[in-house]
Amino acid sequence: MTTDTSTKSPEAAAVPPSGAASDKRVQTGHKRLLTRRDRLTLGLMAGLPTILHVALVWVTALASIALAFTTWDGIGFDAIKWVGLENFKQLFNDNPQFWPAVQHNVIWFVVLILIPTPLGLFLAVQLDKKIRFSRVYQTAFFLPVVLSMAVIGFVWQLVYNPDTGLINSLIGANEPGKYIDWIGDPDLNLWAILIAASWRHAGYMMILYLAGLKGVDPALREASALDGAGEWQTFKNVIFPTLRPTNTIVLVVTIIEALRAFDLVFVFNKGAEGTELLSILVTNNIIGESSRIGYGSAIAVVLLVISLVVIIPYLVATFRKERRA
Amino acid sequence: MHHTSPSGLSLPSPSRRTLLRGVGGAAVLGAGIPLLSACGGGGTASDPKTVTVGSNASDAVPKKAFADIYAAFKKESGLTVDVNTKDHNTFQEQINSYLQGTPDDVFNWFAGYRMQFFAAKGLATPIDDVWKTIEGNFPDAMKGLSKGEDGKYYFVPLYTYPWALFYRKSVFQEKGYEVPTTWDDFVALCKQMQKDKLVPIAFGDKDAWPALGTFDQINFRANGYDFHVELMAGKASWTDAKVRKAFDLWAEILPYHQEGATGRTWQDAAQTLASKKAGMYLLGTFVGQQFTNEADREDLDFFAFPEIDPAYGQDTVEAPTDGFMLSKAPKNKAGAVQLLEYLGSPAAEEIYLKSDPNVVAASTKADTSAYSPLQKKAYEMISGAKSLTQFMDRDSRPDFTSTVMQPALQKFIRDPKGIDSLLSSIERQKKTIFASS
Repeated sequence: MTTDTSTKSPEAAAVPPSGAASDKRVQTGHKRLLTRRDRLTLGLMAGLPTILHVALVWVTALASIALAFTTWDGIGFDAIKWVGLENFKQLFNDNPQFWPAVQHNVIWFVVLILIPTPLGLFLAVQLDKKIRFSRVYQTAFFLPVVLSMAVIGFVWQLVYNPDTGLINSLIGANEPGKYIDWIGDPDLNLWAILIAASWRHAGYMMILYLAGLKGVDPALREASALDGAGEWQTFKNVIFPTLRPTNTIVLVVTIIEALRAFDLVFVFNKGAEGTELLSILVTNNIIGESSRIGYGSAIAVVLLVISLVVIIPYLVATFRKERRA
Repeated sequence: MHHTSPSGLSLPSPSRRTLLRGVGGAAVLGAGIPLLSACGGGGTASDPKTVTVGSNASDAVPKKAFADIYAAFKKESGLTVDVNTKDHNTFQEQINSYLQGTPDDVFNWFAGYRMQFFAAKGLATPIDDVWKTIEGNFPDAMKGLSKGEDGKYYFVPLYTYPWALFYRKSVFQEKGYEVPTTWDDFVALCKQMQKDKLVPIAFGDKDAWPALGTFDQINFRANGYDFHVELMAGKASWTDAKVRKAFDLWAEILPYHQEGATGRTWQDAAQTLASKKAGMYLLGTFVGQQFTNEADREDLDFFAFPEIDPAYGQDTVEAPTDGFMLSKAPKNKAGAVQLLEYLGSPAAEEIYLKSDPNVVAASTKADTSAYSPLQKKAYEMISGAKSLTQFMDRDSRPDFTSTVMQPALQKFIRDPKGIDSLLSSIERQKKTIFASS
């Protein structure tokens, strides 16, 4: 299967340039092939998405970067005032929520990569063994991924509610003196939310790894079995190395999840002390009356820079590999 | 190497897209707001027989109450009111873009700084002519609340409700407690309640705004209305010794507040009062919504926050007031003025109060005979007040209260010892926010 794709794609990539470069006859042939209607359709199909993409992604992203150096309450364009780096200075020096937010985004990523990701891999390996009811388990583990983050936040809030929640009711910690405040206590709440996030993320990782495992050539397993390798050895030395592309996807997906973490926390406790996240700071500063759009944009730019720092090395590596292929 | 094409080709696009979606989303919110405003207003009403109203009354009870008012208005004037109702919170979040776009003629809003802000930005029309007709219906405190910084009227109040300490009469009777009127009595009562295994003061600050109310009460009792207003307006300093004193007083009663407040909603806190596990609860009269049982409701009573400094006594009442404003370029101004005059009349207020028993009329002319004892008490408290405040997030800049004060007070509740650094941090952030625009 894998050899198939690799032989096909160079061919597919090689054909158009050679065809276009060959001679004029082909070009006139192209013209005749495309009626005016075809060209119109093509123009629309390529043009509309381009316009939408430029307007909704590039223009807005660049506008956001520009706004980060201004102060604006969102009322009238003439109210935009250039302040240079003032927003960033305030952010780095005066905002008591900023550095905790950066830290929490990092913790979010580290926890997701260390706990639910290996767990998802473990579940995928187990489910790949064609055990009985595998479909049922698969559905059960994947279900949280299907639920919206807001719903997950709501469900876990019921579990963690300090007065009436499941945990405190079970362990009797909902009385004065023995109180455990899962949602409000800044030493606990981030971890409480991360359990909820991991619960979902494990299912997501499981599906990704399961798809990867299905693509592993059974001949490899047979060969290693014939060589007398045990289950763990087979996994460690044969299966896991073939999962490399899946691991790349997993890494990127997890980074994205960590950077865009928002809805779960917002529903859980609106990013109160202990659970501040960059995305929540952006929202709090921009949405609402007399909003601080410049300041909020500055936070968004910080988020963008962090994303770029993480994503650019990955893109560079990928493109380099492609060129080599 | 074989795998570069499946993973390499498919990945860059989703990852980049998702990454930009985050940033782009923020930018859409920023740059796109003026564009979005086109979604606002009614847009159909050049018809002289129709007045459009933008409403935030999305809950069933107030929605019905307003509909009744508009029906009565139609009977009287022959003008149809076209209501454009939006979800309460969404309305607030979009108010900026809504008012800049094509807003309805008349819209629901709040008295105080929040009203003055939009008046000063030229997003509302002064309504001095309306007030010529309705002036006699309102006490002076309400008139003050309805004026912009330029001294012109911009607001017609409809109803109001006080913040106070709520308690259950049966609990006070059974344990022989007396309503405290001074700070020392109050602290003594808290101590006694703690001995009696009650939570002295129920408290839930998960939504971060209830603590603002506690600060308001302590601050204007200890430092007076004038200082409170200066502080809210960003003029007085948060590092002032007076503010420090207010926080020290708060720290004194903090141990008597319900534990784990930052994880609890006000509804859950109200339940501890309803179930007689807590002795008192500082909140607005809307706490009554949580007393669904009729008998419990009748057992509910309240008293004004105790006196701290005899110079100020209990002269200030926190009474958030809701009402209406006229947008910047109403399509049917004559009709809108007629509607506002009607909304400022006792008749309109009486219709509203019939369906919402947790608030009282802003007008002194409205008939009080149908009031419940609780409403009567609330009414007396407000009409007897020397000064009225709105609530921190209505008296001060909303961006300051939501991004600075709410997290700061949550922090204080958890760790009252860090007050000095907290106050200087508040002051630093206040300066930059109030300096901008």
